Amino acid sequence: MNPAVRFRQVTKRFGDLTVLEQFDFEVAQGEIVTLIGASGSGKSTVLRILMTLEELQDGEVEIEGEPLWHERKGGRTVAASEQHLRRMRKKVGMVFQQFNLFPHMSVLRNITEAPIHVLQLPRAEAETRARELLRLVGLEEKADAFPEQLSGGQQQRVAIARALAMRPRVLLFDEPTSALDPEMVGEVLNVIRQVAGEHELTMILVTHEMNFAREISDRVCFFDQGRILEQGPPEQIFTAPREERTREFLRTVLPDSGRT
Amino acid sequence: MLFGYHWNLTSDWAFALSILPMLLKGLVVTVEATVLGYLLALTLGLLLALLRMAPSRLVAWPTAFIIEFLRDTPLLVQLYFLYFVLPLYGINLPAFLTGTLALGLQYSAYTSEVYRAGIKAVPKGQWEAALALDLTPLRTYRDIIVPQAIPRILPALGNYLVSIIKDTPILSAVTVLEMLDVAKMVGDRTFRYMVPLTMVGVLFLLLTLLTATALRRLERRLPQRGIPLR
Ligand SMILES: Nc1ncnc2c1ncn2[C@@H]1O[C@H](COP(=O)(O)OP(=O)(O)O)[C@@H](O)[C@H]1O
Ligand SMILES: [Mg+2]
Repeated sequence: MNPAVRFRQVTKRFGDLTVLEQFDFEVAQGEIVTLIGASGSGKSTVLRILMTLEELQDGEVEIEGEPLWHERKGGRTVAASEQHLRRMRKKVGMVFQQFNLFPHMSVLRNITEAPIHVLQLPRAEAETRARELLRLVGLEEKADAFPEQLSGGQQQRVAIARALAMRPRVLLFDEPTSALDPEMVGEVLNVIRQVAGEHELTMILVTHEMNFAREISDRVCFFDQGRILEQGPPEQIFTAPREERTREFLRTVLPDSGRT
Repeated sequence: MLFGYHWNLTSDWAFALSILPMLLKGLVVTVEATVLGYLLALTLGLLLALLRMAPSRLVAWPTAFIIEFLRDTPLLVQLYFLYFVLPLYGINLPAFLTGTLALGLQYSAYTSEVYRAGIKAVPKGQWEAALALDLTPLRTYRDIIVPQAIPRILPALGNYLVSIIKDTPILSAVTVLEMLDVAKMVGDRTFRYMVPLTMVGVLFLLLTLLTATALRRLERRLPQRGIPLR
């Protein structure tokens, strides 16, 4: 079976700043991987390249074995057309730190907009599915509300439902709880937990919630300056990190955990 | 006599009353030129804004040049250019159409900048969410960006409606009988300028005040976060 996601020798630069250099990374189908590491270490960039929000300078990304940024045409490999990108993009969904709900649309419309216009589902079917997803995230009664009437935690749960409505193969979370008041973090993590349990999804998460990462992940990757310095099962990373930089990072984010 | 109406010179008030029907005929032309010119400015402006923001520089830069040219040369020069040069290329438009075309062209440059600013003011996260959901660029503009941009751009677009009203007298330069030209003609024939010109001023004032009030009302009724789509 092809890996769900594979980065091959990816180089990403912003002007003079090289964020990723010959970066390799693989995620198996159905795997749940958490990316941790200091701010600016390149975690979001990895997700954003997968979502085609950023272009890369060199290398290739494959989704389920198929190149994302290139396609084969008449026996030759050429830069991906918009059509190819659109098809590949359907396999990936993303939940943003700032939710990015459409403020002028009801919760229901936020969720049905893309299924209707991209997947071409009949409106009635899209709405039925949207209501099911709202039940999954515990917001059935908010279908007709507008985003500004919801708390941050509720908005993020709607954003998760919206991403799921496109039935992605891979779901990306970029610090989904970082913009939330502390008392709302739990409800969003609960929903992510539930999604992980009920859907055969591949998930890649960037988070600073270390306990959550430890509990939910199949694998944890520690990012340092655009490289994965250390990776492994959560138990190993959190209790027996091999690298000094990992230990240092964990000490700063888990002050209560003492020395490892 | 003008348009079949006669003036009455016995007193200022009688004079004013007698020429009012003529001025109102001119007012109709003023309003027509405003509406046509503004509609042209609104549609062409949106087109210019989209071309100006096109990913390809081959499209964006020439558009930027056209916008700059339209904005930074006098309306009267543009009007004369259209009026005297277009016929040399076999395009013979009535003076009224040439005039509204000139108005619409110059104001499309203004409105294009309003559209552009309004679209740029929609947060980047909205574009990213739309892309992540695989919406097409057209759908993204239509359902996500434009409905959120409208409340932001409406006040500025409204101000241009008021100022296009005030620019319509320029049509008199190419023999269009709008309100000011009518007043001047009355003055030329009766040697009384004060009454007709004062009336023109008052009528313009009424027209702009009325428009401004209607616009403020519309703005107040607009939702702040975008045109709601259920
Ligand atoms: N659009 C951008 N333009 C310039 N630099 C950027 C841009 N996005 C990210 N960067 C830089 O790339 C590096 C990695 O950023 P990011 O992937 O967001 O890190 P992380 O998510 O781990 O905090 C940082 O140094 C950041 O400043
Ligand atoms: Mg980040």
